[in-house]
Amino acid sequence: MLQTPMADHAAPAVALAVRDLAVQFRSEQGVVRALDGVSFDLHAGRTLGIVGESGCGKSVTARSILRLIDHPGIITGGRMVLDPSTPREIDLASLDPESRQMREVRGGRIGLIFQEPMTALSVHYTVGNQLIEAVRQHHSVSVAEARNRATELLRDVGIPRPETRIDAYPFELSGGLRQRVGIAMALAGDPDIVIADEPTTALDVTTQAQILSLLRGLQEAKNISLMLITHDMGVIAEMADEVTVMYLGRVVEVAPVRQLFAAPRHPYTRALLRAVPSILARPRQRLSTIGGAVPHPGSRPFGCSFHPRCAERVGAVCMERIPDPVPPGQAGASCFRTEVPA
Amino acid sequence: MNLLEVQDLQKHYPIHAGLLRREVGRVRAVDGVSFQIARGETLALVGESGCGKTTVSRCILRALTPTSGAIRFTPENGRAVDLATLPKRQMRPLRRHIQMIFQDPYASLNPRMMVGDIITEPLKVNGVPAAERRERLMELLELVQMPPGSRTRFPHAFSGGQRQRIGIARALALHPQLIVADEPVSALDVSVQAQIINLLLDLQDRLGLSMLFVAHDLSVVRHVSDRVAVMYVGRIVEVAPTDALYRAPRHPYTEALLAAVPAPDPNRQHRRRVAQGEVADPARPPPGCAFHPRCPYTVDRCRTERPELAATESGGWVSCHRARELELAGVR
Repeated sequence: MLQTPMADHAAPAVALAVRDLAVQFRSEQGVVRALDGVSFDLHAGRTLGIVGESGCGKSVTARSILRLIDHPGIITGGRMVLDPSTPREIDLASLDPESRQMREVRGGRIGLIFQEPMTALSVHYTVGNQLIEAVRQHHSVSVAEARNRATELLRDVGIPRPETRIDAYPFELSGGLRQRVGIAMALAGDPDIVIADEPTTALDVTTQAQILSLLRGLQEAKNISLMLITHDMGVIAEMADEVTVMYLGRVVEVAPVRQLFAAPRHPYTRALLRAVPSILARPRQRLSTIGGAVPHPGSRPFGCSFHPRCAERVGAVCMERIPDPVPPGQAGASCFRTEVPA
Repeated sequence: MNLLEVQDLQKHYPIHAGLLRREVGRVRAVDGVSFQIARGETLALVGESGCGKTTVSRCILRALTPTSGAIRFTPENGRAVDLATLPKRQMRPLRRHIQMIFQDPYASLNPRMMVGDIITEPLKVNGVPAAERRERLMELLELVQMPPGSRTRFPHAFSGGQRQRIGIARALALHPQLIVADEPVSALDVSVQAQIINLLLDLQDRLGLSMLFVAHDLSVVRHVSDRVAVMYVGRIVEVAPTDALYRAPRHPYTEALLAAVPAPDPNRQHRRRVAQGEVADPARPPPGCAFHPRCPYTVDRCRTERPELAATESGGWVSCHRARELELAGVR
């Protein structure tokens, strides 16, 4: 396997290490292996982009880390270690999802930003009430202090006139302002890790640009470790330091962002990058395509999951064996092709 | 003669309030929109949510009745008709000429019908005999690159991309003269989106399709359209041939839209200017130019006087008081 050290300069500490994470959804129709041995490192103060198409497991990964997987999903293996190799290290996979410790991690250590901010907000309470509650969940402060903190949070996320907007109900706000409130909610417990799951997918393009620039600003100001989940290669190019490419519940490639775009190693990454429509296209320019469609995770092809769609298959091995995963902490591709140095 | 000429189209929704439900204002969802589509041409209508692009397309399909304005449609070998004022009954024989491709391939196909029946339903409704329907079905499946065996299967057996092909085949069944496609690829995965974009390009070449392509994704639009009309708060702010619009936008809003698109290239990340503020509320549009509160080039005149569309030297139209003096940045 072709490997190179991950970081382009002195590697910062690892904030969250995910190792061999496996998640299954079991139903009468059978077992769906939504995640099948997913490993990656989220470095402190950096942005890790997780990119893939539908069914690749990127959202399940986020929900697993926060122990928010809905029935009938269960974590069947692997570890998710916060602060690895420090005295404070905890394996989130070993905690009871309902435990006090896990509740403190949720929001207090790891904030979550949803695609649709109303997932995190109630229609019945004002923005302020919800933020105040979120602040008080993680800090023992008076209601008045929490209200000040909530106003500050709204200002941090760029909401104009926070002193009055704090008493608005979410439905009184535009989609862009609501997503800003969603970000304020994620930050209410002062987490050092933020997971953003398609945070701009539901937004208009000028609003998306504002939210991305807000996230970048907050990350720098608060030194947040950001895990950004998206299907959009443009968002990855703009935001990520490192990228994990997923396909059908497995990591197929890990690389620093510039390397990923300049010299993608996995045939899926290469094909995906060529298939993205470009704002720089020539008139009537056709795109390279990947044949077929992403299979349902319940009917994962044998061997390398990508082999039926792969234009660069090396032989029977692709159909018979699963290529080795990318070793944690390194850049590389999980592909038989890359085992033969070019 | 252009296939479609839309002139000063307006669609207003009254706002009622108080005990007597009196009209206290109007949402000007579409507020004076004009454009043409030539035969064989694809015009993209782009803009952010609430700009009125979908309302325009629904007026053309007469799913909505316009408040005012004209929608002149001239079918091949036919007389020009004004779709805006046509009684619904007289609209029926024209419907075969204007067909729609929907955004959501999961919601737009009847799950209880076999694919063959879905595709040929428009033919059946229009009294095409069974033998002819079967023949046309095979042609259509070939056209959208679906295996002939698909016809006896149900939509659930197919992926999103294949369902979109089925929807396209249905739209083409009656040899329509105009296709209205509302966000036809935005619900699809990237790898599948590319296939459908290529299919649309093939169909444009093979059939000389005329298309109104309603979309928010400026990258997709650059691949498929001949000309682009940019809408903001119910009005067109710029229309231009696709390449000209992207290389040298003339309206500050077009510039802002182009600058906002994240380019899939980490080396191109220009520290871009992000348009501030939010899209204006069409119930209370700002006076003057609706974009002036967000525009970095605003002068006094923009706050009071509404600009009209004026021809540019590159074959487009722009409504900006400062269009002549500004040098705006495109993408290249």
